[in-house]
Amino acid sequence: MKKNRTYHKKKIVIIFTCCAVMLMGLIGRLVYLMVFRSDYYAQKADDLHERERDIKAARGRIIDATGEILAANKTVCTISVIHSQIKEPEKVIDMLCRELELSEEVVRKRVEKVSSIERVKANVDKETGDRIREYGYAGVKVDEDFKRYYPYGELASKVLGFTGADNQGIIGLEVKYDEVLQGVNGKILTTTDARGIELNGIGENRIDPVPGYDLHISLDRNIQEYAQQAAEKVMEKKQADGVSILMMNPQNGEIYACVNVPEFDLNEPFELPEGTATDGLSEEQIQDLRNQMWRNACINDTYEPGSTFKIITMSAGLEEGVVSLDDTFLCPGYRIVEDRRIHCHKRTGHGTETFLQAAQNSCNPVFIDVGLRLGVDRYYEYFKQFGLMEKTGIDLPGEAGTIMHDKKNIGDVELATISFGQSFQITPVQLATTVSSLINGGRRITPHFGVEVQDENGKVIETLSYETEDGIVSEKTSAAVRMILESVVSEGSGKNAAIEGYSIGGKTATSQTLPRSANRYISSFLGFAPADNPKVLAVCIIDNPQGIYYGGTIAAPVIKEIFEDVLPYLGIERAELQEEEKVANLE
Amino acid sequence: MGKKKLDWTLLILVAILAAFGLMLLYSTSTYNGRVKFDDPAYYFKKQLFATILGAAVLAAVSRADYHIFIKFAPIIYAVSLGLSLAVLFVGQEINGSKRWLSLGPLSFQPAEFAKVAVVLFLTYRIERTKKKTDNLFFMARTMCWLLPIVGLVGSNNLSTAIIILGIGVMLVFVENPRYLQFLVIGGTGVAFIALFLSLESYRLERLAIWRNPEAYEKGFQTIQGLYAIGSGGIFGRGFGNSLQKLGFVPEAQNDMIFSIICEELGLFGASVLILIFSLLVWRLMVIATHAEDLSGALIASGIMGHMAMQVILNIAVVTNTIPNTGITLPFVSYGGTSVLFLLAEMGLALSVSRRSRGIM
Repeated sequence: MKKNRTYHKKKIVIIFTCCAVMLMGLIGRLVYLMVFRSDYYAQKADDLHERERDIKAARGRIIDATGEILAANKTVCTISVIHSQIKEPEKVIDMLCRELELSEEVVRKRVEKVSSIERVKANVDKETGDRIREYGYAGVKVDEDFKRYYPYGELASKVLGFTGADNQGIIGLEVKYDEVLQGVNGKILTTTDARGIELNGIGENRIDPVPGYDLHISLDRNIQEYAQQAAEKVMEKKQADGVSILMMNPQNGEIYACVNVPEFDLNEPFELPEGTATDGLSEEQIQDLRNQMWRNACINDTYEPGSTFKIITMSAGLEEGVVSLDDTFLCPGYRIVEDRRIHCHKRTGHGTETFLQAAQNSCNPVFIDVGLRLGVDRYYEYFKQFGLMEKTGIDLPGEAGTIMHDKKNIGDVELATISFGQSFQITPVQLATTVSSLINGGRRITPHFGVEVQDENGKVIETLSYETEDGIVSEKTSAAVRMILESVVSEGSGKNAAIEGYSIGGKTATSQTLPRSANRYISSFLGFAPADNPKVLAVCIIDNPQGIYYGGTIAAPVIKEIFEDVLPYLGIERAELQEEEKVANLE
Repeated sequence: MGKKKLDWTLLILVAILAAFGLMLLYSTSTYNGRVKFDDPAYYFKKQLFATILGAAVLAAVSRADYHIFIKFAPIIYAVSLGLSLAVLFVGQEINGSKRWLSLGPLSFQPAEFAKVAVVLFLTYRIERTKKKTDNLFFMARTMCWLLPIVGLVGSNNLSTAIIILGIGVMLVFVENPRYLQFLVIGGTGVAFIALFLSLESYRLERLAIWRNPEAYEKGFQTIQGLYAIGSGGIFGRGFGNSLQKLGFVPEAQNDMIFSIICEELGLFGASVLILIFSLLVWRLMVIATHAEDLSGALIASGIMGHMAMQVILNIAVVTNTIPNTGITLPFVSYGGTSVLFLLAEMGLALSVSRRSRGIM
């Protein structure tokens, strides 16, 4: 038996010492990793474990001038099944079929599909979602979500617009005020295992969403409804392609109504009108049809304004002093400009007439004379001064600009046609805005819907303001224009818009669309009241009416009908009532 | 001859480690157990069974005279060789490695047995040699006896083979009075390893992964281990709260279990565990230096070397201090055979202590 000698022991101690040193070295290594590198690795590990889920912020509402909610949010539920957690598949299938009104075949396919999570139905209303949750079956998941909801469906569809799946605005005010309405989405941070399954109870970190602000607009649901009904009525009666009605306050640019029939259902914005043949169309073509359906003709489309534009010519002429109310003219039924014979709409001619009578008659040769008296330079200057070359700046996306000749291309013939509203194009909102400025004393206003931004508790966050520009025309010219246009309604071509007891100003127009050979017309009427102090201005444009197409005959009555309802609604009283009241007061 | 008294310090340290190990294994393996076997306690139960069995073996071995084991060492070594050979042909493959022998519901890893067998067999060889044992020839011959088992084990478990070689070198070092030749051997060894690494490109790749694990797909396990260690901080997430064990660190209950301990118990807990291991190694040293004869000293120091090497290599790998190689953490990593034979080794050490000349 060998002895355990001292040198043996010494060597054992050497081995132990080496090991001890190495073990201490490893503790040092751990200190480095767990103290100095801890933040780095912990962050990396957190990134690995955490899953982020968005919580949608409630989108702000759109509220009209009367406080009525035009765009709101609805809580909807998404029903899903988690295959691995389902314990009683038959009961689940039976319950889902009943509650969701789906065929057993459909539900069975979803429930029995081996996947981590399978969506059964989205956009289920909250009551149904709550009921399903109450059953308490394992593996059935009910997720709540907000969905944009438009209580009035079609009302002002092209103004309000709608939102997409990510809660972002797609057209209309929903796009323009997206930032205001959107709010800030919240987040849920959950911790998951390596398979991505959420762990209950640990590491749930919630950042609450901030709801979007409410947008208060000048649009008035009642006025919009009157206007829409009137538009629908005339569209059907005249078998027109479309009818647009724009109503605004000419003093400050607030828009009361903006109708473009046919409207579409904001709650189903992607559905084309019933009866649209989509067979054989590519997805792109179908999308083109939708874009067409969503167009707001008052803002996105231009047209030749025709005789309503004579208001601009008359204002420029009066302002420049090249014409006065009692100047007399001769209308033989045409005017020869350079080598062209330009007809009056009355081929037999109006004979001798004053300027005022010419306006009442909407006599083309007289307005050609006024235009020519101004000359290209001055006319073009006024065109610019009145703001016609720029967009109105309305708070809706996609406003179309004016399509006008280059100044160097304007000869006397072009000037003559421009003078009575032909050979160039503007948008209806441009016409309404420009005429507003000419009749309100010469203040160019910005047409708009947005009035105020408020938070959910009604606290005002921002009062929206818009640019104005004074001195477009003198007050004197403005008063003369109001007087002339009042007489157009009381005595001239616009008499179909007259309402007893109200002083109404207005101008009719009938324009032929290009190509002239198609014999398509646009009849329109622009009216305002009260004529001496306009509180409301309305434009009605009927696209391609069948049969009689004169603006004075078909468009003026539409405005009359609307004014009959809307003027009393806006608190503008009939003159005779005022008389009666005065009598009553005297007694 | 010394007093026949058991070394209680070692026994208590072993008991603490075994209990601690079971607890940590349970915490680490519940997720994998639930996911793979639908039983959170799957790994724990198997480990508990092996521990109980090991405790019985420990009790029996510690009561026996270790000279009996030295007497039978050639047979033990032969059996070990046989089992290691058998595993090559009828071995059960788990996770792509053929390392287990199936015995009904139980599986057995001959490599673990081989380590004990080598300790006993080398002691036997040294004890038996009557000639001078301080020359190079004797050293070479002794190492040659190891070659068959190193070859057999190394064919499918290189890390264990390295440990077996390490145990051999250590025992020869203790037995031999000289130092210089070991420096020569050490130098040759380093040169040999360098050559060995550069010959095979995949081993160089392993080095590259070691230097920058985040840049390589194969560095995944290492990186996940570092995430676990780093996110532990000073006091850890708390027992049972590891996130990295939830499938991020692959097979967390095996070689990488130390990283989960770091995550749950922090620098503090991990350091305590290393200190307990250090105490265990220290205690084995004390037993070795107080052994009544050379064979007792060699057995105890062999066990000490085995224990120390595995702990150091495992923690060094998990902390990415050295390139990755698969070595388990004694008493803590999952592995029934490992626990069984570790406890048997502790029994041997206790047996040595009983016959020692008065420890303290």
